[in-house]
Amino acid sequence: MTPEEIQACLAAKFGDAVGPLQPANKDPWVEVKPAALPEVCAFLKADERLRFDCLMNLSAVDWPKQNQIHVVYHLFSYARRHGFILKAKLDRAAPTIPTVEPVWKSADWLEREQFDLLGVQFEGHPDLRRIMMPDDWVGNPLRKDYAEQPQYHQISTTRESPLDGFIRLDEMKKRAAAKAAEEAAKAAPAPAPAASSAATATGAEAPAPKKELPQ
Amino acid sequence: MTEPRRAPESPTMEMTSNKEVLRRIEYTGDMLLNMGPQHPSTHGVINFLVQTDGEVMKRAIPEVGYLHRSIEKIGEKCTYNGFMPYTDRVDYIAAMFANQGWAMAVERLLGVEVPKRAEYCRVIACELNRIASHLISAGTMAMDVGAVTPFPYALREREFINDLLEELCGARLTYNYLRIGGVAFDLPEGYADKVITFVDHFEKILVEFNRLITNNEIFVQRLAGLAAIPREMAIDYCLVGPNLRASGVPFDVRKDLPYSIYPELQFEVPVGRGEMGAVGDAWDRFSVRIAEMKQSCRILRQCIAQIPKGETMAKVPRKIKFTEGLEAYSRIESARGDMQYYVVAGGGENAYRVKVRTGSFTAMGIIDVLSRGLMIADLVALIASLDVVAPEIDR
Repeated sequence: MTPEEIQACLAAKFGDAVGPLQPANKDPWVEVKPAALPEVCAFLKADERLRFDCLMNLSAVDWPKQNQIHVVYHLFSYARRHGFILKAKLDRAAPTIPTVEPVWKSADWLEREQFDLLGVQFEGHPDLRRIMMPDDWVGNPLRKDYAEQPQYHQISTTRESPLDGFIRLDEMKKRAAAKAAEEAAKAAPAPAPAASSAATATGAEAPAPKKELPQ
Repeated sequence: MTEPRRAPESPTMEMTSNKEVLRRIEYTGDMLLNMGPQHPSTHGVINFLVQTDGEVMKRAIPEVGYLHRSIEKIGEKCTYNGFMPYTDRVDYIAAMFANQGWAMAVERLLGVEVPKRAEYCRVIACELNRIASHLISAGTMAMDVGAVTPFPYALREREFINDLLEELCGARLTYNYLRIGGVAFDLPEGYADKVITFVDHFEKILVEFNRLITNNEIFVQRLAGLAAIPREMAIDYCLVGPNLRASGVPFDVRKDLPYSIYPELQFEVPVGRGEMGAVGDAWDRFSVRIAEMKQSCRILRQCIAQIPKGETMAKVPRKIKFTEGLEAYSRIESARGDMQYYVVAGGGENAYRVKVRTGSFTAMGIIDVLSRGLMIADLVALIASLDVVAPEIDR
């Protein structure tokens, strides 16, 4: 089935809880109200025409500008060989959404990952704990405003750059040129004090002809 | 069912300092074993928390994250082209596929058509890489269940492929060969002959390898019927690639959602049939990989015969920029199955969000359920048969 037909199916069954089809560049998606998500997913899996038997991917995207976190569900049906994308928009301050783990078992680990990295709370998840980061890690690394703690168990999370104090070669040449130009500008007015009034008049152009100085 | 025995002053409780970990298992007097994080047969740094009663496991809980290198975060920090070398590190055994997934996702955003010759170069490189990856998988799986000899056999063949890929792109492991819109280098002179020579040689070796281990009576008895994954369970837990096909689902992204030049090529999708035990057992997962190597050889021959002349890079802007919020999704058939990149473009030259969905990650999720009631020694065979690669789990 095409995404349009799938959306029509959902809209007929759930009405307002399912948004219109959004053409986002390549892959069209549909917005679902977070509260209606478990029912919509159960319907998507059970319905004979749709038969979405696999949750392929679950990602969350942090949008501080809109003060939202989007949870994106990529579904696929091995039985019918079609795919579909659901999106749920959550409040950034308290991102909670019902789990879909009872519908698709693969959601277990996929939801844990998003909980860990973006701090999305999946209500009703049987084992919601961090998966990538250590249990006592502070913050959710994939949030856009994530600030790393300076230390983790007395291990510094930053280090001095070994390149500090070194200057790039082209930067060095630029500085040498600037220095030479400055010295030349100082030396130039001394032998010709009479032309000082002319020099001040064309002061802006003065450093320009001295570009041949650096080797 | 017996009542769980309570033993608050047990030495095993005190010996493990990590209270957080212990909290998850209700203490019943069973033995608690840490398998890993440093263990030769976990294929990388993974910890299994094994709750056992004698030799029989009650549960094995995978603890992952030791190799988390925040590749998704890095993807948000560098340019689209700049992220390409990092994708190598997603799966270092089959790095070419991680390259291709990323390249395809960005090409979908750009709407760029990749030149035919570049697509052929990609497929040749990928199929060589698939053989190399499956060789590692088959070799280590045999070694994990106690057959040491096949491993050097497999690695010797993989060395030939490494040499071929080194000649192609200069690297033996982290290739960084693909570019957005094409490939970095054209095939070197005389490369076609070398590939054909290798395929001729390898097809003979494959027969030998089957005689040595695949149909070996001891090996078959060790793996037949072990940890069989039924079809519905495999789909529900989102197993992909050879693991899914071993359970009897004839799905291959190359065939069913064709990309690149795969529609022009003739090949079969091997499926597990339960010849030795049940459908979807560990032996099926092993034999599906062996059969896939044979199909890869077929693909390589066709590619070498059909490769056209022409450009290897499409016209791609030097600075790749998109409007914010554009998104693309790419699916490719990696050596470990369906690999998917979900990219949301940022306003500038960087991606806003990169999500890499890998086969090993979901394969790890099934181990907890499958391990119940297995012997401890079978856990090793189970992990090896799922062909998980630790960096691909953690990313």
